[in-house]
Amino acid sequence: MTILYLLLPLSLLFVLAIALALGWAVFSGQFDDTEEAGSSILRDSDT
Amino acid sequence: MFDSSTTADRQDTFNYKVVRQFAVMTVVWGIVGMAVGVLIAAQLIWPQLNFDIPWLSYGRLRPLHTNAVIFAFGGSGLFATSYYVVQRTCQARLFSDKLAAFTFWGWQAVIVAAAITLPLGYTSSKEYAELEWPIDILITLVWVAYAVVFFGTIVRRRARHIYVANWFFGSYILTIAILHIFNNIELPVSLWKSYSAYAGVQDAMVQWWYGHNAVGFFLTTSFLGMMYYFVPKQAGRPIYSYRLSIVHFWALAFTYMWAGPHHLLYTSLPDWTQSLGMTFSLILLAPSWGGMINGIMTLQGAWHRLRTDPILKFMVTALSFYGMSTFEGSMMSIRTVNALSHYTDWTVGHVHSGALGWVAMITFGSLYYLIPRLYGRTTMYSVKAMELHFWVATIGVVLYIASMWIAGVQQGLMWRDTAADGTLVYSFVEELKTRMPYYLIRFTGGAMYLSGVFIMAWNVWMTLRGQRAVDPVIPPAEPPARTAAIATPAIA
Repeated sequence: MTILYLLLPLSLLFVLAIALALGWAVFSGQFDDTEEAGSSILRDSDT
Repeated sequence: MFDSSTTADRQDTFNYKVVRQFAVMTVVWGIVGMAVGVLIAAQLIWPQLNFDIPWLSYGRLRPLHTNAVIFAFGGSGLFATSYYVVQRTCQARLFSDKLAAFTFWGWQAVIVAAAITLPLGYTSSKEYAELEWPIDILITLVWVAYAVVFFGTIVRRRARHIYVANWFFGSYILTIAILHIFNNIELPVSLWKSYSAYAGVQDAMVQWWYGHNAVGFFLTTSFLGMMYYFVPKQAGRPIYSYRLSIVHFWALAFTYMWAGPHHLLYTSLPDWTQSLGMTFSLILLAPSWGGMINGIMTLQGAWHRLRTDPILKFMVTALSFYGMSTFEGSMMSIRTVNALSHYTDWTVGHVHSGALGWVAMITFGSLYYLIPRLYGRTTMYSVKAMELHFWVATIGVVLYIASMWIAGVQQGLMWRDTAADGTLVYSFVEELKTRMPYYLIRFTGGAMYLSGVFIMAWNVWMTLRGQRAVDPVIPPAEPPARTAAIATPAIA
């Protein structure tokens, strides 16, 4: 199963990228105010 | 004092043009893809419908059907909604009009190329990745342009928060890029023939790593992005739990990649790899149902609107099918269940409960919300037609999947039925003959579903006939909440 030497690193890199994105999102305050974030799309009137 | 800002940013309207183009093509490709599906369902009952023309034979039309439905219908729907959602939630125009236009024309070129080469018999023989290498390269170019347009818009967003739907769309764009490139590494020997770089079980593993994640990211994550925007908008209330939606996203992103081997149970793939795939498939049930519950509970306090609002009907039914087919998928990945279900029509039923029930229904609901707004209207031309579409489609899906469940379980049981002396009780053709009534029911269900899309096409035509296309002005940035709070006491 030599193919796993390609797929596993690739998937692990993907996990690393997700972890970095999650870290950025959490520490830059993206999820600080979830009430406000949830209702924000309703204030945008697109009709 | 406003001059400097307007000259610095001349792009003060949203780019709805590309959204309109993709939205209309979604309906067109829906009809094409599903019509081919109905034809091949009929061929399984009446083989004469092959007409002895190789171009119209089942083996060539089947990949055309899957490609047309997944990439032409589903893909166009995703382009349309993601471009709309990212602009509205970021309060910014698409990053580049030219690149956005390239994604539209490039994607249509890919679809037309597929519609020509597949019936001609040009195929790399990888399921859901049948297209030959020149088309693969064009797909890659379009997809990179898509990523630039989408993420470029996010980078220059005017709202600080990145709405959760964008995370779903973003991860789908990135993952599909990686999957497409690595699954299609192939050696061309002529213009329309290539060989995969991998061989045997290695090739199978890459193929189903791709194949499962194509289902996971192209047909699930992305449509969840659609769901997280259009369900709250249509219901007029925020998502039930925004926190849960965040957990839902990150849990899906971390686990989806690892479930592929469940397509290769009882093959020469190493046992531990099969078990790993099965385990992750079972784990996936948790985030999937979290998201499903989150979407459905958004209607809490607005349930009565289901009686009169066909768009909400579409969305809630889609979510129910999402919950049902993710549960079914996790169960089917268990080895003992898979021993019965694999290679039978049960799998076909499962796929269609996901594709017709979840993917297409949430797309119809979202398009019914979206299309009138692209042409300066508030609703579709006919609410009754949407209602009719909903019922025709729902009854169609139920007929389709119920007949395939019964046919599939019966198939599995008859295939493995052995007599006391160890011989098989039924020959293959004996079992095949018993499928005919179910194939008729499936054909009827599929034809009903297709007729629903025709109703939609008529309704869309009537909605946009004589209407002017609108590109609304981007609303001025809202003052931050804190400044507003300081400003008000002065008046009070």
